[in-house]
Amino acid sequence: MNLTRNLKRSNQTVQASVNLAPVQEMVRACIQCGTCTGSCPNEFAMDHTPRKLWRMVLMDQTEEIFQSKTFALCSACYYCTLRCPRGLPLTEAMEALKQIAAKQNLPRYKHSVGFYKSFIQSVRRHGRVNEMEFMTMYFAGLKNPLIPLRFTSLGIKLMFRGKVSMLPPIRRERPLESIFRNVEALEERL
Amino acid sequence: MKYLYYPGCSLEASALEYNLSTRALMASVGAELVEIEDWTCCGASAADATSYLLSLALPARNIAIAEKTDDVTDILVPCSACYLNLKKVAEKIKSEPEILKKVNSILNEDQLQISGRLHVRHLLEVIVNDIGPESIRHKLKRAFTGFRIAPYYGCQCLRPYVVFDDPEDPRSMEPLIEAIGAQVHPWNMGGKCCGASHMNTEMDVGLELVAAILQKAKGADAIVTVCPMCQMNLEAYQHKISRMQNEDLRMTVLYLPQLIGLALGLSEKDLRFDLNLSITEGFREKLASKLQFAA
Repeated sequence: MNLTRNLKRSNQTVQASVNLAPVQEMVRACIQCGTCTGSCPNEFAMDHTPRKLWRMVLMDQTEEIFQSKTFALCSACYYCTLRCPRGLPLTEAMEALKQIAAKQNLPRYKHSVGFYKSFIQSVRRHGRVNEMEFMTMYFAGLKNPLIPLRFTSLGIKLMFRGKVSMLPPIRRERPLESIFRNVEALEERL
Repeated sequence: MKYLYYPGCSLEASALEYNLSTRALMASVGAELVEIEDWTCCGASAADATSYLLSLALPARNIAIAEKTDDVTDILVPCSACYLNLKKVAEKIKSEPEILKKVNSILNEDQLQISGRLHVRHLLEVIVNDIGPESIRHKLKRAFTGFRIAPYYGCQCLRPYVVFDDPEDPRSMEPLIEAIGAQVHPWNMGGKCCGASHMNTEMDVGLELVAAILQKAKGADAIVTVCPMCQMNLEAYQHKISRMQNEDLRMTVLYLPQLIGLALGLSEKDLRFDLNLSITEGFREKLASKLQFAA
């Protein structure tokens, strides 16, 4: 019950604060041919096909879009972008939807959003990603002790070969701080 | 041959052998690599998923630093995800002046500017076009006679920017494999997706994609890759996938410069074969018994 209510509430906020217009601009010329769906390696795991998702975007179905896992399942293989007969930037449109989900911190996407945000946080701190640090942040954010277990044997193999836990050799502290700050300032003005 | 070199974060950690074998191979053919000074992360697939501007600014910073080196025109990038991120901003600033202005306004505080004069090039393309199969044949020290190699290209060195290969049916590695005396494993999985970061966020989906690739690789002695993410996905989950599929899908997975380097006379030690996660006993034995010194 609680969960349903929460989801509902979060999605109402989504609807009010999401600007789908830039994504609609990207897929405006979609002719619903389905080449994207036919080309997508992850389509088997999606609840809506990519073709249907573009229609939902154009029809302003914000709530349904952000209940769907379709865009989160895009692995950026660029087959759809390559093959789209209208030449639409479909992978970028998927990314634009991921960016909205990340900005809104939608609980439905907490795995992927948590993963990407932990990664970016580690990059902001050191300039280069520290795999050990960011996986630790990611696991901590998931609050599910079973998920890290899936990676234990891999982690041990990598450690044994000295492939993790090296801090990247950057001369300056937080070398990307000004870039992150300027990006944020520019995005606020948009 | 002189290149500015952008290794990227993975090549300092989980893909260390890709970094070291790339450097060893390039040195052995007389190419000079100049590492971009204090390079930083390109944003990987994480910047794309959080902020569009960040996904352009992060790679742009590295190109802007690289542009300060006068006598070089090309940036060499072994990781396909880094390559695409750098390539993407290099292409966008050419066609969208607005983007160029924005990116430079972000970089300005660090006294950096990007103009777009450098070419961003993937390692595979450099091996194919600048070194080339003829020169490899000429320098060959050990022939891989009787070995069958499955070329795996992955996605982002092929798509969306079509530069050096057929993005649907990639073939550029085949002359290289033939040049070292090996046979090309016939398959149609070379340009298929390995699931990329799904292995972390949607593991079940990632495992499905990799299972299909490993199944089609049966009959080959090894798969060769040109991307640290592809390499990790193909090599690290083989036991789990074999259990799931109820068949033995263990397979040697090497980076392309490791394979070519060995053929050109570099040692397994130089090429860090000790760091790979999935070199099978069978493959090691075959290397020991079959690898012939070319006349």
